[in-house]
Amino acid sequence: MENLPSILTPDLGLLFWMLLAFLVVFFCLARFGFPVIIKMVDERKQYIDESLGKAHEASERLAHIKQEGEALLQEAREQQAKIMKEAAMTRDAIVEQAQDKAHEESARLISEAKKQIEIEKQAAIRDIRSQVAELSIQVAEKILQEKLSNDKSQMELIDRLLDKVSKRENKD
Amino acid sequence: MFPLQLFAVHSTGKGELNISEIVLEHLSDDYEWHIASYGGKTISIPLPIIVKSSVTGQWSFCTPKTLPSNFFFDSAHHGKIFEKMPDGNNVRPIDLSITKAVAQIWIVVFILLGIFAYCARWYKHRDMKSLAPGGFVGAMEMMVMTINDDVVKSSIGEKHHKTYAPYLLTVFFFILTTNLIGLIPIFPGGANVTGNINITLFLAVCTMIVVNLFGNKEYWKDIFWPHVPLFLKAPIPLMPLIELFGVFTKPFALMIRLFANMMAGHAVILSFTCVIFLGWSMGVGFGLGLNTFSIIMLLFMNCLELLVAFVQAYVFTLLSAVFIGLAHKEEAAE
Repeated sequence: MENLPSILTPDLGLLFWMLLAFLVVFFCLARFGFPVIIKMVDERKQYIDESLGKAHEASERLAHIKQEGEALLQEAREQQAKIMKEAAMTRDAIVEQAQDKAHEESARLISEAKKQIEIEKQAAIRDIRSQVAELSIQVAEKILQEKLSNDKSQMELIDRLLDKVSKRENKD
Repeated sequence: MFPLQLFAVHSTGKGELNISEIVLEHLSDDYEWHIASYGGKTISIPLPIIVKSSVTGQWSFCTPKTLPSNFFFDSAHHGKIFEKMPDGNNVRPIDLSITKAVAQIWIVVFILLGIFAYCARWYKHRDMKSLAPGGFVGAMEMMVMTINDDVVKSSIGEKHHKTYAPYLLTVFFFILTTNLIGLIPIFPGGANVTGNINITLFLAVCTMIVVNLFGNKEYWKDIFWPHVPLFLKAPIPLMPLIELFGVFTKPFALMIRLFANMMAGHAVILSFTCVIFLGWSMGVGFGLGLNTFSIIMLLFMNCLELLVAFVQAYVFTLLSAVFIGLAHKEEAAE
């Protein structure tokens, strides 16, 4: 024990300085060194965890929104189809109505025209009749002036004419 | 370790190499920081000597060259400072000198403080939303979090690990930095610190204090009244005795493991370096063969020591964490 190499001999001076140096390094590092690093890493870990959670939530929400959007689109499509159908129906109805009205109008016009024609015809017939009567009177007058020389034949003719006229009158 | 000047120092004149002495001398603490020797001249940084005289009780501050006459470097005690007493005896005075190992420890302290001050400053200007650090700060963050999560948290448990993490992280980075800087053969490194029993003793005692001071009821119950058949603990307290012994052997094993590994690594590298000089003293043919072999082995050993430097720091931290974890056993665990 007396003469061991110095690396095997306890030495007060070395132990003293070692204690001092170790305390210095321990207090400095334990206060300003390691806690800073460990705290930062822990905080970063927490932050990353939180961010991951948020990202998950966001993607979920996005998926939800997509679903909702699709549903909305589907609904819109259905609505569109319905509106189109209604529009077609309305159009058909309008066309039909218009046709009906046109029919009615044309019928009315035709019937009015027919009435007008009837009236015109009546007027024309009347006109012709009066003209025929006048003509026949003039013809009769001329015939009478020229050919009626005796009373007897005159009378006979008048009778015959009267008969004919009355017959026609009865016929009409 | 200053392999390059070994030859110049130890073999000039004598022509013979005492390898074990050279190796031991380079492993040992010293009162000056030897840099190089060339042509009989020695370049070294004198380190302050602080001793208290046992006779007068007076503190002396000096360098190796201006040592007061009542003190001397005792070559019989590996060059430690001794004091001549008036009665003719030689005694070891109280010696608080800044030796090579002490200087090396302070260099490590400043490196560690510098590194973590740099990292802390990086974090100061950022918050949790900024990107994770890259480069050097990222590497430090990765190391800190590896030790914190894989070693401390998994060994001690979720409940208590926050209390002990700073201590264990400090131990890890202190040992790692000291080991690595000890592998650099030139000035700011090279001193054999973790291969000195005082350092490992101190670290092991720290762990022992932490374990036993903060151990819970369950831990002490396991020592004095363990779960073994009754005849093993009463009337003769056989198991409690063994358990109590274990309280001291655990940190003792920590101390020896780190010391022996680092010391042995340094010793092997130094020995291979010496073989280079030994080879040349045996002739050119021998020299070339041995040198090739030594250089390959040196490179291999240095790579291995890089690994060992990390592994030993890791193992010390891991075992300390496990012992602390055992001292915080939950009652339901049995």
